[in-house]
Amino acid sequence: MTISSSVAPLVIFTNPWLAAAAIGAVVLASTTGEVLTAAAMKSIGDLDLIRARSGLKGAIRAVVTSPLFFSGVFFLALAFFSLLFALNHLNLSLVAPASASLTLVTNAVAGKIFLKENVDRRRWGAAILVCIGVYLLAH
Amino acid sequence: MTAIPSISLTHPGSLIVAVFTPWIAAGIALLIGFFASYLTALSWADLTFVLPATAAGNVIVELLSKFWLHEAISFERWAGVVLITLGVSFVAQGPALTERPVSAAKGPLPDEAVASEGPPR
Repeated sequence: MTISSSVAPLVIFTNPWLAAAAIGAVVLASTTGEVLTAAAMKSIGDLDLIRARSGLKGAIRAVVTSPLFFSGVFFLALAFFSLLFALNHLNLSLVAPASASLTLVTNAVAGKIFLKENVDRRRWGAAILVCIGVYLLAH
Repeated sequence: MTAIPSISLTHPGSLIVAVFTPWIAAGIALLIGFFASYLTALSWADLTFVLPATAAGNVIVELLSKFWLHEAISFERWAGVVLITLGVSFVAQGPALTERPVSAAKGPLPDEAVASEGPPR
C-alpha cells in the first residue's frame, strides 16, 4: 500500500477523517474552479469567433480581462496546491483515483445546479462511466 | 511529490519550492497548453460535455504505456479503458451545448452580443 520509499519520512494521515477532509478539499476547490471557469468562458463567448475577429491577442485579452476567469483560476490553483498537499500526506493510490473520479460526478451536479446545463441521461451515464473508468485506471 | 520532504501547513513556502522542481515545472508548461485548448472548448461547449470528453486522455496514456513503454496492463485497467471509451462515446452523441433562448445573455461584456450569434457546434 505504501509507496513512501523516498528520502524523508512522510507524515501519512492514518485518521480516515483527515484523509477524507484532504480529498474533500481537493474535490471542492476543483469543482468550484471548474464551474467558475466554465461560467467565465460562456460569458466571454466563442473564442474561435473572437480570434477570427480580433486575432489571437484579442482572444487572450478577452480571457485575461475577465474577473470571473481569475476567480476560477484561483480555485483551480487552490485545488492544485491542495492536491500536492494531499499527495504529500496520503498515498497516491488513494488520492489520485478518489479525487479524479469524484470530481467528475460533483461537476455534473454543479453544472446542472449552477450553470443550468442540460444534464440528460446521456451525460449522467457518461459522468458515471468515466468516473468508474478513471477510478479503475488510477487505482 | 513523495521525493520531496513532507510539506506541512505551517511552512507553505515549501510548496512554492516544489513548483520549481524540474519535473513539476515541465508538467506545468505542458498543462498550460492543455489549459488553453480546454478554455477554447469551454467557450463553445458545456462543462458537462467537455469534462467527460477530456477523460479520453487517460485512454491515450494507457495505450501509450502499453504499445510504447510495453507496460503490462491489468484486467482492471482494460476495464477502465473500456468504461471511459463508452462514456466518451455516450456524451459525444449528444449536443455539445445546452440550447438556450437567444436573449439569455448573462455577461456584461460588449462582445457577448456578437459572440452569441455564432452557429452552435
